[in-house]
Amino acid sequence: MSMSTRHILLGLLASGPSHGYDLKRRHDARFPQARPLAYGQVYTTLQRLVRDGLAEVEGTDSDGGPERTVYRATDEGVRELSRWAGEIAPPAPFVTNEIFAKVVVSILSDGDPAGYLRAQRAAHMDRMRELTAVKTAGGADLATVLSADFALNHLDADLRWMTTTAARLTTLTAEVDTA
Amino acid sequence: MNHGDNTAGGLLTGRRLVKAHGRTEALRGATVTLDAGEILAVTGPSGSGKSTLAHCLSGITRPDAGSVTYAGRRLEELPEKRLSELRRTEFGVVFQFGQLIPELTAADNVALPLMLAGAGRAEARATAGEWLERFGVRGQEDSRPGELSGGQAQRVALARALVTGPRVVFADEPTGALDSLAGEQVMTALVHTVRETGTAVLLITHDAQVAAYADREVRLCDGVAAPQGAAA
Repeated sequence: MSMSTRHILLGLLASGPSHGYDLKRRHDARFPQARPLAYGQVYTTLQRLVRDGLAEVEGTDSDGGPERTVYRATDEGVRELSRWAGEIAPPAPFVTNEIFAKVVVSILSDGDPAGYLRAQRAAHMDRMRELTAVKTAGGADLATVLSADFALNHLDADLRWMTTTAARLTTLTAEVDTA
Repeated sequence: MNHGDNTAGGLLTGRRLVKAHGRTEALRGATVTLDAGEILAVTGPSGSGKSTLAHCLSGITRPDAGSVTYAGRRLEELPEKRLSELRRTEFGVVFQFGQLIPELTAADNVALPLMLAGAGRAEARATAGEWLERFGVRGQEDSRPGELSGGQAQRVALARALVTGPRVVFADEPTGALDSLAGEQVMTALVHTVRETGTAVLLITHDAQVAAYADREVRLCDGVAAPQGAAA
């Protein structure tokens, strides 16, 4: 289980209490490019979130069918989420999925996606300046140049997505809020 | 006048620049400082005011409001004649399409600014040859711009922008019409040269890979400089 599945589920909980089945459905709808979550993974993650004090059981919901446990994020969970969503991803060699997850989670949990995108852009630009300096230094060998080109082009793709996202943010926020 | 901005000490500073084209406000209070010897990338989406900012800072356009200070002198207070003299001696300019004079050879294009400043033709051509060599286009002295590749033409344009020893070069999308390898050669030549000469560069670009050649980035958004993310 990756760190980001844990934070993404926490982000979904922060936007409203849910039971496991509902969380899986919301996750798969919200992150259609990601591999669909297995139920087992959802329940294991929920148990660990509860164990770590980031989520708690709110109650049960039967809704005519089998009884289901409903979870919600704790205050500590919300703080942890905000810390994670604002923390820049190490920009090498490309990190699109993590950036994507943080922006969506920031929107869901009333965070500051625009501020995060600015900080992430600055980190990407710093890394791209380093790679450019390495590539254009006299005597750089071919393997170094090719590897710098590879990273630069992928980071540039991240940046273009981030630029478009920053421009779309108002619309995107409105859309996520109504989902 | 002290505006209390944290922009003291820059070589070239635009403060709270406002400029409208008709009813469209291209700049809406942008403040940007370029330090001596620094390469500063100005980025932003199309229509964000990047080129208008370069035109105001280089004295080509007078802003509707705000001020431009170069080496302690307020550009808006200079008479047109002094301003154009300052542009000729202190500033160099390169555009997306180098805007070389098509009837002149590469060497004469580079020699022209020196001759306008009073140098003799033979001396100007000799100096032009040195600059063409510096930018890796020696051997093209007698070619006309139409006979050069896009990358060669841009390197000739850079030689022409730097030949008079300006303290600031304004480069507006200098690789915009080039493929990535030709663009890399142009940017590498520019960066290596200005590091030697100590020339400051205001680099206008929408391309992050070009901006990565600069020391620092200022992002324009809707005619103002956007707050920068916390630098590491």
